[in-house]
Amino acid sequence: MEFETVIGLEVHAQMLTDTKIFCNCSTKFGGAPNSHACPVCLGLPGVLPVLNKKVVEYGMKMALATNCTINPSNSFARKNYFYPDLPKGYQISQFAYPLAEHGYILLEINGEQKKIGITRIHMEEDAGKLMHDENNPVSYVDLNRTGVPLIEIVSEPDMRSPEEAADYLKRLHEILVYLEICDGNMEEGSFRCDANVSIRPKGQEEFGIRAELKNMNSFRNVQRALEYEVKRQQYLVENGQKIVQETRLWDDAGGVTNSMRSKEEAHDYRYFPDPDLVPVMVDEIWIARIREELPELPLVKRERFVKDYQIPTYDAGVLTADKALALYYEDVVKLCGKPKQASNWVMGDVLRFLNEEKRDIRQCPISAKSLADMITLIEEGVISGKMAKDVIDDMYKTGKPPQDIIKEKGLVQITDEGELIKTISAIIEASPNQLKDYRGGKEKLFGFFVGQVMKATQGKANPQLVNDLLKKMLT
Amino acid sequence: MKLTTQDVEYVAKLARLDVTNQEKEKFTAQLNDILLYIDKLNELDTMGVAPMSHAIAVTNAFREDKVAESLGTQRALANAPDARGEFFRVPKVID
Repeated sequence: MEFETVIGLEVHAQMLTDTKIFCNCSTKFGGAPNSHACPVCLGLPGVLPVLNKKVVEYGMKMALATNCTINPSNSFARKNYFYPDLPKGYQISQFAYPLAEHGYILLEINGEQKKIGITRIHMEEDAGKLMHDENNPVSYVDLNRTGVPLIEIVSEPDMRSPEEAADYLKRLHEILVYLEICDGNMEEGSFRCDANVSIRPKGQEEFGIRAELKNMNSFRNVQRALEYEVKRQQYLVENGQKIVQETRLWDDAGGVTNSMRSKEEAHDYRYFPDPDLVPVMVDEIWIARIREELPELPLVKRERFVKDYQIPTYDAGVLTADKALALYYEDVVKLCGKPKQASNWVMGDVLRFLNEEKRDIRQCPISAKSLADMITLIEEGVISGKMAKDVIDDMYKTGKPPQDIIKEKGLVQITDEGELIKTISAIIEASPNQLKDYRGGKEKLFGFFVGQVMKATQGKANPQLVNDLLKKMLT
Repeated sequence: MKLTTQDVEYVAKLARLDVTNQEKEKFTAQLNDILLYIDKLNELDTMGVAPMSHAIAVTNAFREDKVAESLGTQRALANAPDARGEFFRVPKVID
């Protein structure tokens, strides 16, 4: 039987605010345990949570960037359950009236665009952190993360393969980071993903029974977990077994998903409006102001790069994957006016250097100005492309501008015709046999002469000029 | 009777409350009384009245994103029934 996979994702993104969502405690990661806590986030009696305006505005940015409709009136609800990482006994979230709904993002699949629907985006508070004692039947609770602002982005079940799901996740991540509302760090948990996955016989309209997957802390693991789960469900169906609706945890080391086997009873969160928090009213003026603040989004930037700089879609994709990299590239282009060359040097050498040391473009020792100067020096014939390979190596190592390195190493290209003619004459005189063979039709020997000239000039001869002169002098 | 003893058992379980059989009977009766009383509201015609979740007509109460001093670990833990070092300590939970 042929199956179709159906996937929907729930993403939790931590907002890059300085303070928590309902109190003035710091959101900084890595503070001493329980040092970022106050009566509000500790859930002490009689306190009043007050909403951080920036959380609303960041959520609105994401809503607009994902083509959502922002609800003119949205409000908070209490989600009730008992767990030690949740001191109040409920999580403040949004339920019936979320911040935004009915959006979508576009994926590029085999050269075609596909719309993935966004069901809703809502604001909520994060829970604390639990550490389990290895030897004693106790757990330790750190409430620094309690009340840190999150937005949850729920997709429609629109993805049809694990690759599509991974692609959607990457695009969403890219948008959040571009908007500068989330740092996107998956290891530290500021970008988390749960996946709902089911299979159904191809052509069937109705959805199959789904499993919810958790505990995947990288793009790769999300895809691996989904791939495993699809195979597991197919095996069950093909062997006449039943799929049960459950939560399953991804086990990275084992490469499998395992049932959480939690309490059999279904959750009953008894959502109700939080009386402590008044509704949030968003008018058109506010939305217009937030729209003004939106940066150019990755997809738009990609298309502009292809159009304005005449570079391949693939290159544009690499250059815009990171906003800072795109900015760097554009600075280089502005300064040297050579988009294709700039793309080659950035994608080839600069990214290779950075990847080798797992560095970010922000930590790149080669400034955009230096790279642009180097490209200009090649264009002006001061150095050859081959020499530039050595120059850029030193630029990365030392952080010096190309002019200094060229001067220090005496690398200036020989463009003096008279000098080159002398060198070439000497070589021709010393190679009578090769000259005879070349003139006799062995055109491959042209390369031999070029090599000899480069050897004699230690690679400093202007290659174009050498070519031109050799062509004249050999015939 | 709107509410049964089973309903009371269910919500008691969700709230982690231990109730005796006698209490179950009593609470079932009391909760039903409350619901009957609230039912009175249904006698009113509320067509054309927007539903509301809050008693006051205030919206958009915001806070600026400015860090203020927290309690500090020692004071945060001061009321905890059990603590160890810089942490709250609870019976082991694994889900």
